[in-house]
Amino acid sequence: MTYIQKPINHHPNLKKNKLGLTRRDYEGAVSSLCAGCGHDSISAAIIDACFELNIEAYKVAKLSGIGCSSKAPAYFLNDSHGFNSVHGRMPSIATGASCANDDLLYIGVSGDGDSASIGMGQFVHAIRRQVDMTYIVENNGTYGLTKGQFSATNDKDSPNKYGEENPFPPVDLAALAIQLGASYVARSFSGDREQLVPLIMGAFQHKGFALLDIISPCVTFNNHDASTKSYDHIREHNDALGKVDFVPLGREITANYEEGETVEVNLHDGSKMSLEKLDSSYDPTDANLALNTVREKNDEGKVATGLLYIDTKAPDLYETLNAIDKPLNTLNEKELCPGSDKLKTINEGLN
Amino acid sequence: MEKLQTFDSLVSKNDFVIKFANVNGSGSASANQMFAKAVFRMGIPVSPKNIFPSNIQGLPTWFEIRINKNGYLGSKGSVDLSVAMNPQSYNQDVEELNSGGYLLYDSSWKRNFYRDDINVIEIPLTSLCVESFTNAKQRALFKNIAYVGALSVLLDMEYEIFEELVSEQFASKKNLIEPNLKALNIGRDYVLNNLPYPIGLTLERMDKNDGKILISGNEAAGLGAVYGGATICAWYPITPSTSLAEGFEKYAKKFRVDEKTGKNLYASVQAEDELSAIGMAIGANWNGARSFTATSGPGISLMSEFLGLAYFAEVPVVVFDVQRGGPSTGMPTKTQQSDILACAYASHGDTKHVMLLPEDPKECFEFSAMAFDLADRLQTPVFVVTDLDMGMNDWVVDELEWDDSRKFDRGKVLDFDALEKMEEKFGRYHDVDGDGICYRTYPGAHPSKGAYFTRGTSHDEYARYSEDGEINATNLRRLVQKFKTASELVPDPEIILSDKKNCSGVIYYGSTSAAMIEARDMLKEEGIELDLMRVKAFPFNLDVWDFIEKHDYVYVVEQNRDSQMRTLLMAEGGISAEKLRSLVWFNGQPIEANFIAKKIREREPEKI
Repeated sequence: MTYIQKPINHHPNLKKNKLGLTRRDYEGAVSSLCAGCGHDSISAAIIDACFELNIEAYKVAKLSGIGCSSKAPAYFLNDSHGFNSVHGRMPSIATGASCANDDLLYIGVSGDGDSASIGMGQFVHAIRRQVDMTYIVENNGTYGLTKGQFSATNDKDSPNKYGEENPFPPVDLAALAIQLGASYVARSFSGDREQLVPLIMGAFQHKGFALLDIISPCVTFNNHDASTKSYDHIREHNDALGKVDFVPLGREITANYEEGETVEVNLHDGSKMSLEKLDSSYDPTDANLALNTVREKNDEGKVATGLLYIDTKAPDLYETLNAIDKPLNTLNEKELCPGSDKLKTINEGLN
Repeated sequence: MEKLQTFDSLVSKNDFVIKFANVNGSGSASANQMFAKAVFRMGIPVSPKNIFPSNIQGLPTWFEIRINKNGYLGSKGSVDLSVAMNPQSYNQDVEELNSGGYLLYDSSWKRNFYRDDINVIEIPLTSLCVESFTNAKQRALFKNIAYVGALSVLLDMEYEIFEELVSEQFASKKNLIEPNLKALNIGRDYVLNNLPYPIGLTLERMDKNDGKILISGNEAAGLGAVYGGATICAWYPITPSTSLAEGFEKYAKKFRVDEKTGKNLYASVQAEDELSAIGMAIGANWNGARSFTATSGPGISLMSEFLGLAYFAEVPVVVFDVQRGGPSTGMPTKTQQSDILACAYASHGDTKHVMLLPEDPKECFEFSAMAFDLADRLQTPVFVVTDLDMGMNDWVVDELEWDDSRKFDRGKVLDFDALEKMEEKFGRYHDVDGDGICYRTYPGAHPSKGAYFTRGTSHDEYARYSEDGEINATNLRRLVQKFKTASELVPDPEIILSDKKNCSGVIYYGSTSAAMIEARDMLKEEGIELDLMRVKAFPFNLDVWDFIEKHDYVYVVEQNRDSQMRTLLMAEGGISAEKLRSLVWFNGQPIEANFIAKKIREREPEKI
């Protein structure tokens, strides 16, 4: 991770959002990832999404584990608090943090090693509990920082840098998330900004656990022909289930679609996800269909991308815990400490 | 007892040990607890201890109650009256009974016992309950209540107290009052009509329990967390700590529900494992909510990586370690003090942690609330290290107290106003005050100031990643300075000096107190006087070093094999091995006064 800050001089005519901020205001430190790394494109897409949504950076918490992906939160949203925790354990940090203050937007950034191997348990249980967060997996199928070992999403029979083939099949995190009840599951490609930005925007506005499994090619270790996580492969086999658009609250859908060709889903805050269906039978609110589609496309050698599944009704963890609307971290002595009179009563009950 | 008696029966008023031998899962615990509570209500000092297996149903389990008019409530290590309800353990139960003692057993199946120096009391409990109850479950369950009824007569107790306890216990399930009273009477009537009573062991009302309560350390610590302002409890089930999280929930449900909305002013999350539990607690504290986890030794091992992060990134967190027998899975239902070093130095790299060492449930309550202030003040993990004995057993302690003028110490936190006024650049790890403790901010505090990146990697004063060795060394040195500050904030040791000069010193901590005080008094009668120091916390402060300095020899009494506290004293204070005499007990039972006295007596001949 670098701490080199970018110059603060901006072009005077940069486009400003409703807060009067430019894209540059959402940037972070200079990335120390390899030139061409997919992760940097995802950081840029996050910045775009925040800019478009007029997000106040200080109301965002960026959380990560360990690995190349987990360095990324340093490279966007300088004015947000960040927490680069330990390997595979970001979900528990996010769970505790979101219980403490439900008002912030939690962006978790993880990788395939961080989520599908060492942190699989925490990944699974954060979904099961429906922690209200956007969980981004920057999925490149390899351990980059430790120099190119197989990760659990690496393809079977794909060779490593020594030419040895991976004997094990990959974990499909998006399919797993659907099965576990994640209420927003999308897959995308770091290089497809047009698809990625609206998916991130939708995830930010979604209440509940939103998983973005983003194929993010590793230019150094896993960008070869046998990898489904390479730039070439994902460009050639990307099978978008529909053109996704994010429609903010108060904006009308202007595109002119034929009836039955679009699906609209209302998000918690009144904004909408609109999906132009390329495959007319696809319904992203049907979990079984989503699972089957992911599998079928995979069998066909394709990568199903887009908004795979959404459920806007599932209660998030904070709601399940029946915690008060006011953030727990703002409560004071008066609200929290029962005091000496109550203790007297307790004493009386114990003798 | 028709035979001519050839031995002297034990005779004692308000000073004896009863041990109940039961089958685990047979519902005996609540009956035994009721008996202990009745003794407590009679104003007599009492210490019930559950000696249970790692099992749900079927294995032998015991419940030992020491009754002592002088208030010595440590484990005694001998039995005067055995209520032997489990044929599986008859041999052991008969074996450990003192000569002249009493054995009460279920004579529905008559037995001869090989010892001829004990009194055998026969009550056909099963037969009596089969006659009186129709339901199989009731027949088994009420056998326990029936022997309590029998004891009330045999020991000459105040029967009204039992009636009172039954109606209190089943206040919300009134239909259970009548059968429980009936069961009590079954045992009672049988003794009144068939046996000589009372036996040589009797109970007589005292007034020793005025201002006292009967509570377990786990419940008290859970309550302390409510009083200390904890809002988030993240935990994973593990014996013997589970009832601490349950204690927190119990009182939170009572005191932390908003009357208007019915919503909770707390959250309790059962995590998927200990790694997640500590992660949640750290995440919540990082975000400005007081949060804790409760665990035992194996959990501490699992949490170690995260504890290093919290130490180095300087995130407050409170960890309760209710110690059990180790190593490995060890003796999960037995007590030890064997996590001292594991907690003090948990995690890789140079790490040191603050520990509070309560001696009883009252201090569990106090240190629990204190731990949250210390963690916030010091921005570091704080362990409250207890053990199974004080955690899971009900102890007689002074009533709990709370000072309403007390304010939570949230430590050095810059809120919106403070940040707004701030002119210099905020440096998360900038030691402005020279005490090693820096200022922190909560996420979302201010639109343009105070954001920083928390990380476990080496960092500079502004929380920026740095691989500069000097910057890292400076930071590590500051953490040493912070630990020194911690030694000034943790509770002082309790020092009890003898009137005599030049006697040896003794260091002890935690649940050893009861046995230690009794041993001190025993030895004093023999002419061996001791100066005592009870250590209440780590890091050690100057009083600790001063006490050691002033004594030629200091015994370190503890419940582990390797003299872990002694090692810690040697490592932290450079104390010589010769000076600190190790006195250890680690069989999983609570330490006994006789043992301590014997060990010290052996090594103190010159002092008599």
